[in-house]
Amino acid sequence: MCTYATVKTTIEGSAKGPESSWFHVTDGTIYFDHPVHAMAEHTLNIDFADPARGPSARVAVELTAASARQLVAAIQAALDSAPAELTA
Amino acid sequence: MSETLTAQTLLITGHQRDEVEAYLAHPSVDGTRGGVVVIHHMPGYDRATKEIVRRFAELGYDAIAPNLYWREAPGAAPDDAAATARSKGGVPDERLIGDVGGAAAYLRSRPTSNGKVGVIGYCSGGRQAVLAACNLDLDAAVDCYGAFVVGTPPEGFPLQVSNLVDQLPNLRAPLLGLFGREDSHPSPEQVAELDEILTANHKPHEFHSYDDAGHAFFSVDRPSYRVAAANDGWERIRAFYSTHLGG
Repeated sequence: MCTYATVKTTIEGSAKGPESSWFHVTDGTIYFDHPVHAMAEHTLNIDFADPARGPSARVAVELTAASARQLVAAIQAALDSAPAELTA
Repeated sequence: MSETLTAQTLLITGHQRDEVEAYLAHPSVDGTRGGVVVIHHMPGYDRATKEIVRRFAELGYDAIAPNLYWREAPGAAPDDAAATARSKGGVPDERLIGDVGGAAAYLRSRPTSNGKVGVIGYCSGGRQAVLAACNLDLDAAVDCYGAFVVGTPPEGFPLQVSNLVDQLPNLRAPLLGLFGREDSHPSPEQVAELDEILTANHKPHEFHSYDDAGHAFFSVDRPSYRVAAANDGWERIRAFYSTHLGG
């Protein structure tokens, strides 16, 4: 199925992308739909992008649903492990 | 069947007279024949879509696929273009109709045209094939597992898509529907609902649903590929277009 389900968020950070260069990312698009490369019918896909730099300024990941949930938990654990004053 | 083909990228006139990139393939021999507009799946105007266009040329048709994401991402890699289009809300229905109409007009303008043009779409393109056939003068339409022809799309997301229930009475072309019984969008119940609506409106249609197949069973480069369903589906398409686009 095409889920069409898409969530957008603004982000502030950097990503290492095309041609191994770092770039500033401003937008995150998160969706559960068909992957381009992963060997699964549906995956949790995240695009880290800077639309101002064009369509190729994008770092994409495609994760199985289980992996995506593990990633969410791991990110939360990493944030929780840091001193609160650094992550406020 | 055509053994010698020609394929190229060109610009056609699409919605609101915009120039839109398209991929064309056709038999190299002279003569007249039908045309097929291929509507790509949500992952974009990619290599797999171009292979489908060439297969229709091999079957003896002039075939063309407009790049529906051309405006958002001209010249971008197909996956980057699809991501950009998705982040901007997808393809508006009005623009889809304009671009498919432009592609059909281009095919009919070719000296090899017999005047007949069909449309086929996969995944999100399945819904768009039905949408086009409700709004354009086409001679045959094929819906390959398009979601939300009937049913309720998700709300509150940037991608806005509505079902086509109110447009189905305007369907102007015979419809071939190819579906997987393991698909959830469209589900077997939704396929049955669409069948009932078309029957009630006296719209000629022919549906085939395959066991052991879900969504995207035609996609040879994805785990969803199902050989038996895809092979039979191609035969159904060949026969359907031979009936409606030949002559």
